[in-house]
Amino acid sequence: MSIDWSWIGDHTDDLTSLTLSHLQAALTAVFFGLLISLPLAVVAHRIRPLRGFLLGVSNVLFTIPSIAIFVLLLPVSGLTRTTTVIGLTVYTLVVLLRNTVEGLDSVPARTKEAARAMGTRPLRTLLTVEFPLALPVIMAGVRIATVMSISLVSVATYIGDGGLGQLFTDGFQRDFPTPVIVGVVLTILLAVVADALLVALQYVLTPWRRRRA
Amino acid sequence: MFELFKNLGTWLTSGGSWSGSDGIAHRLAEHLQYSLLATLVAAAIGLPLGLLIGHTGKGAFLAINLSSFGRALPTVGLVVLVFLAGGLSMLPVYVALVALAVPAIVTNTYAGMTAVDPDVKDAARGQGMRGHQVLFQVELPLALPLIMTGLRLALIQVVATATIAAYVSFGGLGRYVFDGLAQRDLVQVLGGAVLVAVVAVTLDLLLSTLQRLLSRHRAA
Amino acid sequence: MIQFDAVHKRFPNGTTAVHDLSLEMPEGGVTVLVGSSGCGKTTTLRMINRMVEPTSGTIKVGGRDVTRQDAAELRRSIGYVIQQAGLFPHRTVLDNIATVPLLLGHGRRRARARAAELLETVGLTADAGRRYPHQLSGGQQQRVGVARALAADPPVLLMDEPFGAVDPVVRTQLQDELLRLQKELSKTIVFVTHDVDEAVRLGDQIAIFRTGGHLVQCAAPAELLARPADDFVAGFLGAERGLKLLSLQTLAAVPQGPAPEGGAWTLVLDEARKPLHWAPKDPKDAEIPVRPLRDGDSLLAALDESLASPTGLVARVDADGVLTGVSSRDDIHEHAGQAHTQARVAA
Repeated sequence: MSIDWSWIGDHTDDLTSLTLSHLQAALTAVFFGLLISLPLAVVAHRIRPLRGFLLGVSNVLFTIPSIAIFVLLLPVSGLTRTTTVIGLTVYTLVVLLRNTVEGLDSVPARTKEAARAMGTRPLRTLLTVEFPLALPVIMAGVRIATVMSISLVSVATYIGDGGLGQLFTDGFQRDFPTPVIVGVVLTILLAVVADALLVALQYVLTPWRRRRA
Repeated sequence: MFELFKNLGTWLTSGGSWSGSDGIAHRLAEHLQYSLLATLVAAAIGLPLGLLIGHTGKGAFLAINLSSFGRALPTVGLVVLVFLAGGLSMLPVYVALVALAVPAIVTNTYAGMTAVDPDVKDAARGQGMRGHQVLFQVELPLALPLIMTGLRLALIQVVATATIAAYVSFGGLGRYVFDGLAQRDLVQVLGGAVLVAVVAVTLDLLLSTLQRLLSRHRAA
Repeated sequence: MIQFDAVHKRFPNGTTAVHDLSLEMPEGGVTVLVGSSGCGKTTTLRMINRMVEPTSGTIKVGGRDVTRQDAAELRRSIGYVIQQAGLFPHRTVLDNIATVPLLLGHGRRRARARAAELLETVGLTADAGRRYPHQLSGGQQQRVGVARALAADPPVLLMDEPFGAVDPVVRTQLQDELLRLQKELSKTIVFVTHDVDEAVRLGDQIAIFRTGGHLVQCAAPAELLARPADDFVAGFLGAERGLKLLSLQTLAAVPQGPAPEGGAWTLVLDEARKPLHWAPKDPKDAEIPVRPLRDGDSLLAALDESLASPTGLVARVDADGVLTGVSSRDDIHEHAGQAHTQARVAA
């Protein structure tokens, strides 16, 4: 099995647009995942009975294979980018919900009590004390969700989308390994770079956790 | 839309769909067979590896980061690649199934091992247990909950990957999805998806219940 | 007995945990290792059963060099008790205690029978044996830890701050148990603690370490208290050294006389002639509780009670709690002074 380097040279435009499309799908899913999971996590964290229910449902959803989720959305939103993003969001939502709840759980009760004793209102405590302290665990969730998303976008190739995933189906149909290899390499690269950037972001956002120089 | 669900219901429940070599019963059996076998092989590789790294502490970097690396791999790409590279044959795909399941087992086994109370390990050594006795009599039993979680996660992963593998001519429930897409038969596609989803969720539920039953006497 | 000869322990990161230690721990006695954190006492203990390997020097247990023996087998002949007990959470209490006998190849039945014996020895019920460690209290878990260490009847017992994680009341009970066990079994015990009072209470011999692993002084408690080698030791023993000395002396020698009649206070007894409380002449005033003391109780307790008693008289009782007489504050104080002088001279 060998790589046809000239093919790569000939298709740089296509590769670029596929990569960008791929990235866009993944990041949109993470964005919506955060948007929904953050408030949901606060609810799950504060209201005991809902917590079990929400985490239980999300565990079930996470167990379902991605191809099944994409396919089951077809009657709803057809062979469009919307289906891809909704499908991916289901997964990012699950991961982010789990991690955010865990992050909020990890904030020491004493710290919250101290804030309350100083007269801080609940919403302000949430925004200025709980979330910052929960950030490391939440960021870990964002990293996992992002890497997972980038990997899952390719599965959407079966519903006509797929970003870099299209290289896989293309390569399979033509019995031509080059686009497949390129697709795998680019996907992994995207994931590694995204993860590294997020680690840097976490470092910037949590100065109190930096080691002494 | 309603029409669609009615047809789906009919497809799933009619006797004809269940019998025969392309019947649900057969595909289901195939899918379970691949999944269980691949998970077993992955366990045979991943468990000793995870136990060894956990017990000796060497290679921790690998154990911790293997899962992250595994998560970044695009399943479809990998499956297609091994199929093409292996001369359009089945075995490489099977290998890919196993390879994708190993990270979850190694990482969780390692996590289980490191979660064992160091005081308990110290006491075990202090009583006069040799290395292997500490491993099998103390560390392994105490790491068991997380090890079982790893096995459960690996199995679910394999069930999902096996579905994708139908794309490169594997059998199993994925066949309905891909044959359906090729024949533009949405009912078949949805049917396959529903079946796979149900299998995955049921297996997960069964195993986590089993896990909970087995850890009854542990401390909270 | 245990012998340390010029033992040195240096860790890979450069810290010297134990510096040129030569020490003898007599057979059948309790040697207590004390010092503040980082003084090397725990490292010293752990070198005896080779949980830590010495960098240089020799350690002999019963005349045999420990480094020449197989580590696992050595440990099966030495009892090991640690602060958090380290019980196996996945085994019942009984099976925990049976660990070493099983390792030695005794059959399961024999090992469990032995474990059941030991449960009783450490003051636990047979029911506790069927439970899992997490179902027991901290104090009970520590007892199981001790039982486990004694299961194979080792001549040597190593204890690393075993009573540190329990509350003071339970700690005193456990110390009592240990003293009782030691009277029965006469093991060679090496006991690590940072609590001076515990050391004075339990030790036949106390070894004080300074940070950096230096042994400063090793002597019997009375000598240590009466003649500390330097300011460090004196400081470590604390400001009330004199009083601590009194905790080592008993009431036995102090004379006693009959209880007073018709004074400002009367000692009230029950039908069995056991002291109940001090009653005031004026029935409107409050009664004052009495703490009767036996001959074996310490002079320190007597001094304390003589201050609490409204008459300065301490009630003396026999082993059954029946009144034998009272001792005056003056007599107690005089004997305390004499005891102090004797200790200083004898040391």
